[in-house]
Amino acid sequence: MIHLRLEPRADAPRLFTAAVTLGALVFAFVLSGLIIWLVGGDPIKSFGHILVAAFGSIGVISDTLVKATPLILTGLACSLAFRMRLWNIGAEGQFLLGAWGASAIVLAPILPAGTPAIIVIPAMMLAGAVAGGLWGFIPGVLRARLGVNEIITTLMLNYVALFWIEFWVFGPWSKGGFPVTEPFPPEAWLPRLTDFASAFPVLGGLTVHLGLIFGILAATIMWIALERTRWGYELRLIGDSPRAARYAGIDIDRKIIVVFVISGALAGLGGMSEVAGVVHGLQDQISPGYGFTAIIIAYLARFGPFRVIVASILFGALILAGREIQPSGVPAMIQGIVLFSLVGSDVLIRYRIRFDRRMAIA
Amino acid sequence: MDLTTILAAGVASGTILLFAAIGEIFAERSGVLNLGVEGMMLMGAVAAFSIALSTGNPWLGVVAAMLAGGLLSMIHGVMTIHLRADQVVSGLALTFLGTGLARVLGEGLSSAGDVAQLPQLTIPVASSIPVLGRIFFTDQSVLVYVGYVLVPVAWLWIARTRPGLHLRAVGEAPAAADAQGIGVIGTRYAYVFVGGLLAGLAGATITLAIYPGWFGDQTVNGRGWIAIGLVIFAQWSPLRAAFGAVLFGAIFRFVLDIQGVDQILGVENPFRAGHSATFFLDMLPYLMVILVVVIGSREAVRKRVGAPAALGRPYVRGERGA
Amino acid sequence: MTSPAPVPALEARGIVKTFPGIVANDHVDFDLRRGEIHALLGENGAGKSTLVNILAGLYLPDAGEVRLDGQPVAFDSPKDAIAAGLGMVHQHFTLVPSQTVTENVLLGMSEPRFWLHPGRSEAEIGELAERFGLRVHPGAKIWQLSVGEQQRVEVLKLLYRGARILIMDEPTAVLAPQEIDDLFRTLRSMAVDGRSIVFISHKLGEVMAIADRITVMRRGRVTAAGITPAETSTTDLARRMVGREVLEIVDKAPQQPGEVILAMRDVTADNDRALPALRGVSLDVNAGEIVGIAAVAGNGQSELAEVITGLRPCKGSITIGGEEVANRRTSHAIKHGVAHVPEDRTGVGSAPNLSVADNLIMKRYREPPVGRGWFIDDSAVRRMAQDLKDTHSIGGASIDTEARLLSGGNLQRLIFAREIDTGPRLMVAVQPTRGLDVGAIESVHRVLLERRAAGVAIVLISEELDEILTLSDRIVVMFEGRIAGSFAADEADIEEIGLLMTGGRAGRHDAAAPETSAIG
Repeated sequence: MIHLRLEPRADAPRLFTAAVTLGALVFAFVLSGLIIWLVGGDPIKSFGHILVAAFGSIGVISDTLVKATPLILTGLACSLAFRMRLWNIGAEGQFLLGAWGASAIVLAPILPAGTPAIIVIPAMMLAGAVAGGLWGFIPGVLRARLGVNEIITTLMLNYVALFWIEFWVFGPWSKGGFPVTEPFPPEAWLPRLTDFASAFPVLGGLTVHLGLIFGILAATIMWIALERTRWGYELRLIGDSPRAARYAGIDIDRKIIVVFVISGALAGLGGMSEVAGVVHGLQDQISPGYGFTAIIIAYLARFGPFRVIVASILFGALILAGREIQPSGVPAMIQGIVLFSLVGSDVLIRYRIRFDRRMAIA
Repeated sequence: MDLTTILAAGVASGTILLFAAIGEIFAERSGVLNLGVEGMMLMGAVAAFSIALSTGNPWLGVVAAMLAGGLLSMIHGVMTIHLRADQVVSGLALTFLGTGLARVLGEGLSSAGDVAQLPQLTIPVASSIPVLGRIFFTDQSVLVYVGYVLVPVAWLWIARTRPGLHLRAVGEAPAAADAQGIGVIGTRYAYVFVGGLLAGLAGATITLAIYPGWFGDQTVNGRGWIAIGLVIFAQWSPLRAAFGAVLFGAIFRFVLDIQGVDQILGVENPFRAGHSATFFLDMLPYLMVILVVVIGSREAVRKRVGAPAALGRPYVRGERGA
Repeated sequence: MTSPAPVPALEARGIVKTFPGIVANDHVDFDLRRGEIHALLGENGAGKSTLVNILAGLYLPDAGEVRLDGQPVAFDSPKDAIAAGLGMVHQHFTLVPSQTVTENVLLGMSEPRFWLHPGRSEAEIGELAERFGLRVHPGAKIWQLSVGEQQRVEVLKLLYRGARILIMDEPTAVLAPQEIDDLFRTLRSMAVDGRSIVFISHKLGEVMAIADRITVMRRGRVTAAGITPAETSTTDLARRMVGREVLEIVDKAPQQPGEVILAMRDVTADNDRALPALRGVSLDVNAGEIVGIAAVAGNGQSELAEVITGLRPCKGSITIGGEEVANRRTSHAIKHGVAHVPEDRTGVGSAPNLSVADNLIMKRYREPPVGRGWFIDDSAVRRMAQDLKDTHSIGGASIDTEARLLSGGNLQRLIFAREIDTGPRLMVAVQPTRGLDVGAIESVHRVLLERRAAGVAIVLISEELDEILTLSDRIVVMFEGRIAGSFAADEADIEEIGLLMTGGRAGRHDAAAPETSAIG
């Protein structure tokens, strides 16, 4: 009888990790294609459609980037928390709260109509980040002070956030009884490439907006913070061994709260960028599950800020094109398969597989 | 909207949470955290509904649902037990997978007509007991009665039988169990599978008994997560889980009922159906879960009991020390 | 003409076992006679544990065979071994802490088959314990028991299963001298009863005193097969164990201690289970002095280290050079010159997946040259790490290697290097040589003595009484959270220390009547 034995691997060269990750992705897509075929769809057509619909022209690339923007911010939010083994499953709710906070600036209204964009936009950014940060603070403090499992709390808060948005969108801010609000005035719109079409006609129709810059900036700052600052060092240390971190004199409780707040703020900023850059209003369907996709993105990117950007573009493509794929549950299913493939491929990275033969009796 | 009706409905609705929670208690007691309950429940729900629809036999639907849950749980089992993947991430992946698969398979089912449902029963003598008879034994789905039996059986199994002793050892100190020749791997697979069976059953309970029909993603609506929170509140005891399940079932029912009332204490009811304030009511169960989990955590610290000690960690023979 | 030798109770021939990078057992032969106590001697890493794990069914050998009463056997698992009458008590007990003694004994048995009857079983186990003189309460939960009592439960488990061959892995590591005597009395009575016992040790004196025969292993090979104590001596054994005549040469110059660095007054603290661990401890340690804390595991010494280093809250006063550090953050203690070499090298003393460099800056990253404002100066980190690595001979890795890949000895060198680099006034070293081979043990002792010469006050907490006696200037005995006695090193009397460690009688300082342990 042959035993399978897993032997911890001493090191994993970068290239190997990347190759295995890529392999897992390919496997996931192949498996998804198989399932699509089994259910009666056409996998080649579906995947081909994704490629064309997402990368087929400058216009659709721009659309892909638009879809990627909220993913980058929520993906960064999740990456940061996951690095410290804080399972922030609440990026979805924090995103929604951020969207709400930013909308409140315009719709409550907190700033009077006619306030110039140079004030409104930063105010919306601040509101979005604060609202999202608050939504991260709650599970953070519960975890830090009371040891309450953050997976449950963040998840529950997702539902609460959704109902919160629905209240405002069906109630006080509702336009004509429909679950949409008044559209934002132009001062509350994030500038888009297409806004400059009069000067540069080639930019016409490209709806990529300033939110993308937020995402790239955030990724850069996060990378610097994690790799080059004392704060980042502490975070990495806690993530690897909380007991060693305590021994080194680090205040873990405080770190937990701070990381949760920043994570929530990033997701909240993502919400702000979506309402101000794309929808220009608030709706209850503002997020097709960005916060959940962000979890997979964070994992795929192995928590690296710049890799998050790449993964976000990939999944942005999936979301963009996925709406037109039949059957409609396919993108969600693909996400599950991708995550499983990644999790499974982790084994290859962390361990060597050995075969043990049973000893023969003399 | 009287208390008896609410509690009766609470027991019915709570049965869904009960099955899922007890399943998860078994899995976690063996040391494996399975966060994929929501996905397994959804798959169970759609399997139950579609099989019942196509065969006309709701019992086949129940079997299909349990199998679906069991199969899905095995994916998580292989990942976490043999491949030593992180149990949290694998569970989340299972949720995504189950949710997505259910959406794919449930395509076009919503508009399906009347589906064969499981029978409702009223127990002859027991239902005459004042108050309690009305709540527990009158006009409840047959699955609810299954739930009544499951609770004491689960408790006895864990606390008073040899297999239960072995289960507890595997979850608390797998190295000790292994040293005594107890198959840690086999035990964990078995109980993760049981967890999957029960999660699937919970899903079937929704679509074939308590809330008949298929409503896409809305069918389970976070109940799988509530069940996981319940396990913490229940301190991994089936008895407390039962209490929590009825409590939450009642809350869900109460939230629904109060929207139908025009006046409360002579004042106009702001939570009437059609008013946006009802969304705050919808928040209630989820906020309650947070409260309940906080209570459970504090109690665990106070009583110095808590999760099975080996919960969440893969077992590797030969790793000595804590 | 002599009669043919009786078939050995247990025999191993030609055992080979390799792990990645190391040959743990290199064609090992071993035999155990019926009714004997056979010692397996060797330093840490010699391969003794591997061999007995193979005998007990936990590992499969790569080659070779095992015979029980002359019949070849190949155990699939420990359960098979027990069924054949061979049981093992491990160094790290395989008990379920949250369950009772009885539940632990019953674990894995086939009777009772389905339904459990707690009351009945407890009575039965209680009787068995009485019969073999193993004092332990059958209804107590394991976490409530002392280490010595837990060991008795392990032995009880084997006896309940009718084991004829018992293997004990370093059984005396966690016991005080009197408990060791008790244990050997029990083993001797079992041997007289016809059972056969293998016990692993790395202590020469013990082995010479107790064993009927001795097998010595070194680097995976047998260097002395089943010799009797009469045929050998401690110097001979030492040579076979480590290739030298003496296990260790210690260079300790007499030294006048300096001013008081650590002053503890009436410190009380609870342990993780909210039970009192320290009950009014007062202690002074001077500069250039090593104070050795002798205690059996679980008597408060771990908590003592934790309150001094800021890892545990407490009541009372702890000052370092006059400044209060009790009950403050860990960073406070670090800032006031407290260095800590913790018991748990891999779980607390290092971050396993971070690099050697990252581990070395753990205490220094907040200040220049490594920390500049918000940032960490990468080149300064690398320079400092390389420096420390060379100075302290941290081998087996580059500064970028992950810490988990270091050997025990090198990891300990890393930890010492890091702690010494902070220029501490006080160093708390807890079980610093546990699990290390002789070479690494020597270098740790050398480092401690160097620091002593440099004027650092040192608190040495160790289960190895020999180590305490060799290195300390003063020896303090702890029992049940109190100081039971205090001696200057040259006045130390092992008998008396052993007695105090087990609560034998009131000591000269901090006298307190010993209390009964907390059993339900």
